[in-house]
Amino acid sequence: MVWNSASDFFAMGGYGLYVWGSYGVTAACCWSLCWPRAGTVPPCRRWRIWKMNKVKQT
Amino acid sequence: MSTMSPMMAILSRDLRLASRRPAEALLPVVFFVVAASLFPLGVGPEAATLKQIAPGIVWVCALLSSMLSLNSMYASDYADGSLEQMLISQLSGIELAAAKCIAHWLMTGVPLLLVSPLLGLLFGLSWEAIGLMAFGLLLGTPILSLMGGMGAALTLGLRNSAVLILLIVLPLCIPVLIFGAGAVSAAESGLSPAGHFYLLGAMFLLSALGAPVATAAALRISV
Amino acid sequence: MKKLPRLFTFAAPKTFYRLATVTGPWLYAIAAAFAIWGLYVGFFVAPTDATQGDSYRIIFIHVPAAWMSMVLYMAMAGWAAFGWAANARLASMMARAIAPTGAAFTFLALWTGAFWGKPTWGAWWVWDARLTSELILLFLYLGFMALVEAIDDVRRADHAGALLAIVGAVNVPIIYFSVRWWNTLHQGSSISMTAAPKMAHTMLLSMLLMTVAFWAYAFAVVFMRARAVVLEREIGADWVQALAHKK
Repeated sequence: MVWNSASDFFAMGGYGLYVWGSYGVTAACCWSLCWPRAGTVPPCRRWRIWKMNKVKQT
Repeated sequence: MSTMSPMMAILSRDLRLASRRPAEALLPVVFFVVAASLFPLGVGPEAATLKQIAPGIVWVCALLSSMLSLNSMYASDYADGSLEQMLISQLSGIELAAAKCIAHWLMTGVPLLLVSPLLGLLFGLSWEAIGLMAFGLLLGTPILSLMGGMGAALTLGLRNSAVLILLIVLPLCIPVLIFGAGAVSAAESGLSPAGHFYLLGAMFLLSALGAPVATAAALRISV
Repeated sequence: MKKLPRLFTFAAPKTFYRLATVTGPWLYAIAAAFAIWGLYVGFFVAPTDATQGDSYRIIFIHVPAAWMSMVLYMAMAGWAAFGWAANARLASMMARAIAPTGAAFTFLALWTGAFWGKPTWGAWWVWDARLTSELILLFLYLGFMALVEAIDDVRRADHAGALLAIVGAVNVPIIYFSVRWWNTLHQGSSISMTAAPKMAHTMLLSMLLMTVAFWAYAFAVVFMRARAVVLEREIGADWVQALAHKK
């Protein structure tokens, strides 16, 4: 599929809203799911230190 | 008394306990009527619209009213320890679950069923439609009691069990709603409701066989 | 008895934690690589559809998301059931880790489906069998997550969630076969095991590449979440304490 220009690519033959609305939300969901967040964060250094302090308190 | 089967014993005990508090036992029915009556006030009293949405409204309100009385199904027995005794005894968990579901249906489902023609008249349904709706409720309300019993057993003793039961049981009961209300709508538009009733009957059989087993397992998990 | 069976080596939280830590970055890399390849094929190789124009390109995320939503539910129910039957803690932790990702994919399947349905069917949503049963699947995921979070006793929560997941598993075949059993607006299956696919090969290729990408991504995210769950649940264990005090 050869797109004539970048604006053609973004317009997606008139369906740009739907296509990019879908892909955008998908990207947002995927990114937010793997973004480090409290409770779901992988043990990076800051998290480990926080947990260590929490354990010390109990 | 000693010759009564365990299931009958539990059933009669529940019914007797409920009869000592008739007001509490009839609360779901009152909610049913009140909630269903809200819709014409909200949607507007146009007869044609009401006639069209009536089966759906009655079914949804029946669903919600059944769920209301669910968390008290096992709660009082759990609180005073008799549930634990029943599970430790030689009584089969499946029998206990089945008896409780039958009791719940007799106390909640049957009154809803008896009141539904009244609501049908309020919404202007024809007698034929009311009959189909009542038959659907006859098949559907036991399913609600059975699935609800499983939900009640899973959420035993939790803080917000009332809402949790709704969240757990409603998705599983959506097919009942679809086919029950769909039967009346199909008849209204001239198609045969037989297929809907066959599916309701199949769901009833499936839940009658499976739900007490699942409820017994859930009781063993929760207690 | 020199060689002990290694089937359940990774059933120990500690060894699984190490496995997940090591494989995590690789899984993300595989997911990214296949996603880039799949999207390249989908947007720059696959032609414009004759009837649907360029809106059909949503298929490259819609179908993989829908497939993953069903697969992840069966995986979640399977692990939860195994955790219940064998009293295996890690299996139940795995089920908990899968649930949010499964719910997200279900939501994405519904969302991308709605965005695809609007230009093609004219409606954002129709209450046909497949869409309704997929919505029920979303509710089942949410119900599972709500139930396991609401119960304080962890083992009771694990087992109660397992029962709920198993009962809800009956919905997945209904979703799959709904287009065959009912007259639905949603199209029937274009891909089957027994016949040639009814779509262009480049489109099919892109869709399959995106499926692999989503699968690898799901593994990566579930492993990451499972690591967090393991750390929380095993907080009293020596190896966790050692980890926290390192560096």
